[in-house]
Amino acid sequence: MSGVSKIHDRSKPFKYLLLSLWSLLVLFPLWTMLVNSFKFKNDIYLDPFGLPVKINFAGYQTVFQNSPFPRYFLNSLGVTIASLALILFLGSLAAYGCVRWRSRFSKWVYLFFVAGLTVPIKIGSIDLLRIMISLGLLNRTASVVPVYVAMGMPIAVFTLYEFIKGIPAELTEAALIDGAGPFKIYWSIIVRLIRPALATVAIFNLVPIWNDLWFPLIFIRDDSQRTLILGVTRLFGEYQTDWSKILAVLSLSCLPVIAIYLGMAKQFIAGLTAGAVKG
Amino acid sequence: MIARAGLRGRDGAFWFLFILPALAVYAAFMAAPVIDSLRMSFFSGSGYAVDNFVGFDNYVKLFTDPETSTRFLKAFTNNWEFFGITMLVQNTFGLAFALILSAKGFKGKGFFRTIIFVPVTLSVLVTGYIWKLILNPQWGELNILLTKAGLGSLALPWLGDTRFALPAITLVSAWQWVGLPTMMFLAGLERIPEELFEAAQIDGAGGWLTFSKIKLPLLLPVIGIVTVLTFVGNFNAFDVVYAMEGANGPPAYATDLMGTFFYRTGIAGQHPVGIPDMGLGAAVAAVTFAVLFAGVLLANRLMNKDEAERGPAMDGGRA
Repeated sequence: MSGVSKIHDRSKPFKYLLLSLWSLLVLFPLWTMLVNSFKFKNDIYLDPFGLPVKINFAGYQTVFQNSPFPRYFLNSLGVTIASLALILFLGSLAAYGCVRWRSRFSKWVYLFFVAGLTVPIKIGSIDLLRIMISLGLLNRTASVVPVYVAMGMPIAVFTLYEFIKGIPAELTEAALIDGAGPFKIYWSIIVRLIRPALATVAIFNLVPIWNDLWFPLIFIRDDSQRTLILGVTRLFGEYQTDWSKILAVLSLSCLPVIAIYLGMAKQFIAGLTAGAVKG
Repeated sequence: MIARAGLRGRDGAFWFLFILPALAVYAAFMAAPVIDSLRMSFFSGSGYAVDNFVGFDNYVKLFTDPETSTRFLKAFTNNWEFFGITMLVQNTFGLAFALILSAKGFKGKGFFRTIIFVPVTLSVLVTGYIWKLILNPQWGELNILLTKAGLGSLALPWLGDTRFALPAITLVSAWQWVGLPTMMFLAGLERIPEELFEAAQIDGAGGWLTFSKIKLPLLLPVIGIVTVLTFVGNFNAFDVVYAMEGANGPPAYATDLMGTFFYRTGIAGQHPVGIPDMGLGAAVAAVTFAVLFAGVLLANRLMNKDEAERGPAMDGGRA
């Protein structure tokens, strides 16, 4: 141990230098966004780097008082919660079914789900657009939910299948003797035992769903139906020079995910790296 | 086993009910649209009614029509450049970070890991906008810094110059995603048994030898997975160009990628007309799919040759 670290000792300052410089580079854009959102326009032009000389809340005020952004925020919140709930519920049910149903077909069904891991759903965008039109969902916030749920199925079934398979039979056996049905066993035993895996699946899907631009962009034109990220695309057209408002909206839009991330960084890194399979 | 035996009264149809809801959503909103988009590439029509069978006409147009094929080829080659720079910068930095962080007893590992990963959680659109501000010629901080450093001649309109626009966008993308390869390489390095390093140390192997003879060969599967993920991700990229330059890939299509080209042909409509050609768009999607499929297949073959017992790409991704 001491020998290993001795070998690396001489290069250690350079390692810390590299990591520190990179950390500055990561934080710099976020700093730029945050400090300038509290500045007056002229102060931004004069000095975009430092803390505000005079604090200007006007950017945030206009966002909260007279703008569609609170609405967009709620739209995104609704979409994200609905999609995650459905992914976890349907995904775990299916994984449980695939594990318990012992036949050649269940293997094929499982492989059919897992095949989706490597296929980017964007390929199907044009057909999805037609489907949304025929379902009358075009221009509705809700249109993105079934797409996100479908997108989340491969990773959910893949992750939960492995996890459920690993549950010792004795754990469900006792309940079986007590006369509990399969759904009761699923709901009161399986779901409890697979909580860590459910968390991984939730985290993996949370970030791309909250941050998605593509599907809202192609499905939703109507103003009031926009998600937060789609709403952000409006900023540059309408408030061309209102930097404090633009930056206030950008800051607020990443706040929720950053807050959750900093609260549980370890799980986030594990969850997102595991799911990176899906690209 | 016992539980399964206990449940044997339940037949397949019963368990299928558990699977059915997920299967229905997945089939209807993912599997079918992907397959049907490929079918649509053989049809044409006006607007959303794409029902006129035209054989390979869309593909012929894509590859031979002067205007369309020029745009397509430009987007395609740009995408390769995007991929090349990403591999060179993002994944090399990711490997370097992982090598540093994996050193035993490295102080501040958790802190740096958290920081490096922050951009992964942000929306591509938002980071694209912020970097667009930093790079803008009006009050962009990069050019202010360059001028202050006496390099005023380098204070260029980075996103408006055909030479620099695509590399600039690629670097922003690398800035955002470098956390993923870092964590995957880190996981790969931490899986290497400690005894190997101890043995190497006893044999007097230095840092470079340990890297080239132990770490690098054992990381090859992870390198393969990272390459595949980068490839798939880059050929699906859209948001970063959309945020920093717009859907037309300016200046002069220098930043046009397969994603933006697909968006214009199949969904938004080309610039002057504004009416999408869905059949042609489906053909673009089909070609993208074919490129991805070929790439993934090739990578899998190379990886399997290298390490026969490893499964397909998805196996290692769980690392």
